[in-house]
Amino acid sequence: MSKPNTICGLDMDRRRFLKRMGLGATAAALPSILESCTSGTTDGGRTSLTGPIPTDQMTYRTNPKTGDKVSLLGYGCMRWPVKQVKEGNEVRNVIDQDMVNQLVDKAIEHGVNYFDTSPAYGEGHSEEVTGNALSRHPRDKYFIATKLSNFAPQTWSRKASEQMYRKSLEYLQTDYIDYMLLHAIGMGEDGMQEFENRYIDNGMLEFLAAEREAGRIRNLGFSYHGDIAVFDRALSEHDKWKWDFVQIQLNYLDWRHASEINEANTNAEYLYTELEKRGIPAVIMEPLLGGRLAKVPNHIANRLLEREPERSVASWAFRYAGSHPGVLTVLSGMTYMDHLEDNLRSFCPLKPLTDDENRFLYETANLMMEYPTIPCNDCKYCMPCPYGIDIPSILQHYNKCVNEGNVPESSQSENYREARRAFLIGYDRSVPKLRQADHCVGCRKCVAHCPQEIDIPAETNRIDKFVDSLKRGTL
Amino acid sequence: MLSTIRRIAGLVFLVSITLLFLDFTGTVHAWVGWMAKIQFLPAVLALNVGIVIALVAVTIVFGRVYCSVICPLGVMQDVIARAGKRNRYRYSKEKRVLRIAMLVAMIALLLIGMSWIAALIAPYSSYGRMVQTLLGPVWIWINNLLADMSRHAGNYMFYHVDYRLKGAAVIAIAVITFVVIAVLAFRNGRTYCNTICPVGTVLGYLARYSLFAPVIDTTKCNSCGLCGRNCKASCIDSRNHTIDYSRCVACMDCIDKCHQRAISYTRRGKVTDHSTETTATSTGVNAAGRRDFMGVCALTIGAAAAKAAEKTVDGGLAAITDKQIPERDIHIVPPGALSIANLARHCTACQLCVTVCPNEVLRPSTDLSRLMQPEASYERGYCRPECNKCGSVCPTGAIHPVSLADKSSTQIGHAVWLSRNCIVYTDGVSCGNCARHCPTGAITMVPSISGDDSSPKIPAVNRERCIGCGACENLCPARPYSAIYVEGHLQHRTV
Repeated sequence: MSKPNTICGLDMDRRRFLKRMGLGATAAALPSILESCTSGTTDGGRTSLTGPIPTDQMTYRTNPKTGDKVSLLGYGCMRWPVKQVKEGNEVRNVIDQDMVNQLVDKAIEHGVNYFDTSPAYGEGHSEEVTGNALSRHPRDKYFIATKLSNFAPQTWSRKASEQMYRKSLEYLQTDYIDYMLLHAIGMGEDGMQEFENRYIDNGMLEFLAAEREAGRIRNLGFSYHGDIAVFDRALSEHDKWKWDFVQIQLNYLDWRHASEINEANTNAEYLYTELEKRGIPAVIMEPLLGGRLAKVPNHIANRLLEREPERSVASWAFRYAGSHPGVLTVLSGMTYMDHLEDNLRSFCPLKPLTDDENRFLYETANLMMEYPTIPCNDCKYCMPCPYGIDIPSILQHYNKCVNEGNVPESSQSENYREARRAFLIGYDRSVPKLRQADHCVGCRKCVAHCPQEIDIPAETNRIDKFVDSLKRGTL
Repeated sequence: MLSTIRRIAGLVFLVSITLLFLDFTGTVHAWVGWMAKIQFLPAVLALNVGIVIALVAVTIVFGRVYCSVICPLGVMQDVIARAGKRNRYRYSKEKRVLRIAMLVAMIALLLIGMSWIAALIAPYSSYGRMVQTLLGPVWIWINNLLADMSRHAGNYMFYHVDYRLKGAAVIAIAVITFVVIAVLAFRNGRTYCNTICPVGTVLGYLARYSLFAPVIDTTKCNSCGLCGRNCKASCIDSRNHTIDYSRCVACMDCIDKCHQRAISYTRRGKVTDHSTETTATSTGVNAAGRRDFMGVCALTIGAAAAKAAEKTVDGGLAAITDKQIPERDIHIVPPGALSIANLARHCTACQLCVTVCPNEVLRPSTDLSRLMQPEASYERGYCRPECNKCGSVCPTGAIHPVSLADKSSTQIGHAVWLSRNCIVYTDGVSCGNCARHCPTGAITMVPSISGDDSSPKIPAVNRERCIGCGACENLCPARPYSAIYVEGHLQHRTV
């Protein structure tokens, strides 16, 4: 970072430069760095990391039923930026409405028109904030996707469910929903049982289908995680429910490795092929695995950057998801303006991956599998932990240290001292002491909520043991 | 020349000892930890005969250089006194009755094991408390500022340290001590050292017969009185050309001041000591530092957060209620203290152990029977197996150094389980966090219904193996009162 002038001067070969920088964790910071000191370095109209982003180049896909022209980049509204607000003695994170407005304005200006939220997101505030931002634009400029969420059994009754649906309309300041989803079917300790309790037995699925007939819901679909039997069952009833779209988790790691990472999960290849067979458009979630496909170990980042030095690490994941023809839109929870800008460059317009590039990514995925990161995407579905543990922050810190080589195997490891310091000091910085893994009681309340089926208490326990042996120096 | 050497040496000691009381990492101790151990009162309390003899010898030979160089409180007074006007001192007679009374009281208190009261007027520990209580927060604040910067820079050079405000009594003692001593120093120089300080009294009586001392050459002296007006110990009677060596702290200022070069630091000849003719006059100077502090620090009890409501949304953090200190029948003192009586007898309450405790376990007691002496409690952390810092820094032998192996087999207390707080019963969940974190394996989870393996598991404490480290108490999820807590032992024992 020390010599920005050299970058601007371009007298150093850029590829060599990036290699030398050893980009990895810093990859995300790259766009803004380069952008700040360049003018007119775009090469032959191709969108690179620099230069203005065209406002009329967004790639669109057509919804076969309604003919909607949906932008291939969709806005995921689960990870809105937050600001800290002091309430008495306590500091709380509250979604930053001003920032959200700016992000939404910029997205719409560049052709993004699909916004995906849920009554559960952002501690229950996402719909309201999203509605506030969107209502400042003409209603026909965007499509709203929201969900009938399923976390607390007390919201499963017919009455509470209908109330949730009406609240969504109210918060989103609209009288119709473009895309309505059953939220995360297949999740829970018994996925099939929960599916029936939540959507079938109370007649809510029929209710939503009727709303579709009435025109207040334009498309009806579901999102899926977990038990594959529920996915298969839903698709087997396609003739009955006429799914207009289905939301699945797809990325170049999960395409063939999902079941390897966790045997409770199913490879994206299967999910996507099943939808394609029936001609059901796929909406893609977790294309970047909550950032895990951007925050990769150095040598993986270098491998990607070597091939496309002027694109970000993350762009590979988005181009991968968007290159599948049966995909309606690729959702990305863009928290910061540079996330949004980077993604806009990937989709304005999309440059589909070649077969060779696809092969290259699958090889990259194989390399990533050698890294023992925990498959946490920071979705925060597990939260709040009743005992105050900050589960995602603990797992994210551990993954960060894995990727940066700061999880020493023993005290004989080469970088043991530095790694130990980085791990322990970083741990206290990322997670307040009272919310660290040693306070996990193992009640397992979180386990049923994890879409990635992580055995959270087992992981927190393992990390706690690791931390303790680092502290004691007995590793 | 001599006074310059004295100033530099004094400042080195002052800065080093100050750092000793500020440095929470323990690195400074490796270099200058010995400076705490050669302090007079700590050495006496530690029965460190070698050091006491050495200090006595130095005083008999050179006078009270200890008071001008080694004692941080003495040097601090010199620093403050420099801010005052020049030529402001004048000779005064010795307040001998007060000096002896303070010394006798001190010895008596030490003998009957009430060393905490004695510690209130002891110079070294007073200085330690002032630095720790008044300067410590500033130090940590700066550290945390640097930690934020290093965090933003993405390195691990500095790390954040928690600081919790000390109790009102602790702060009040430090503030009052500082104000009293600072005012006395600013106005009259070394008043504290020559009236209240018991160490000053002891060393003063030795210095009376010291081999070397500033001596006035009456053949050169023109009786201008400049030396007396600049003597912060007010011990030069320039009219009679005599110096009260029991109060002279060997600062050498008079030597430089004298225009006639009439004063020199040299072997004393047969100069007779006139100062003994002083009559005992009690002037009723009060030891203002001593008061009763009945104020109990008000514990801000965080609003008791309701049990986390059932999850309906993503994200968010459940509120965590602060832990409260359980009512212990016997308080806990750290491994190496040997027994509660040993700590009480030897501790001067200098706060060095409190400074270095990395787990926020040790804190000054606010109990009147052991005011300011360290005690352990586990709401914020527990006595971790890899740490034995308190014993290694203690200069008085109140906490002896213990090896990590010895520490892990020293029973300083034992855990007690309270079924009424245990979340196995209150929340109906399985837990076992205490058993999982017990470093000695003293806690086992057993079925709550004897013989029924499927019944909820509750902790069973094997007292023979429990060392009282507090891991269970600290990590117990029950709040504000843990379901398992540690009772101290009067006498530590080995497993």
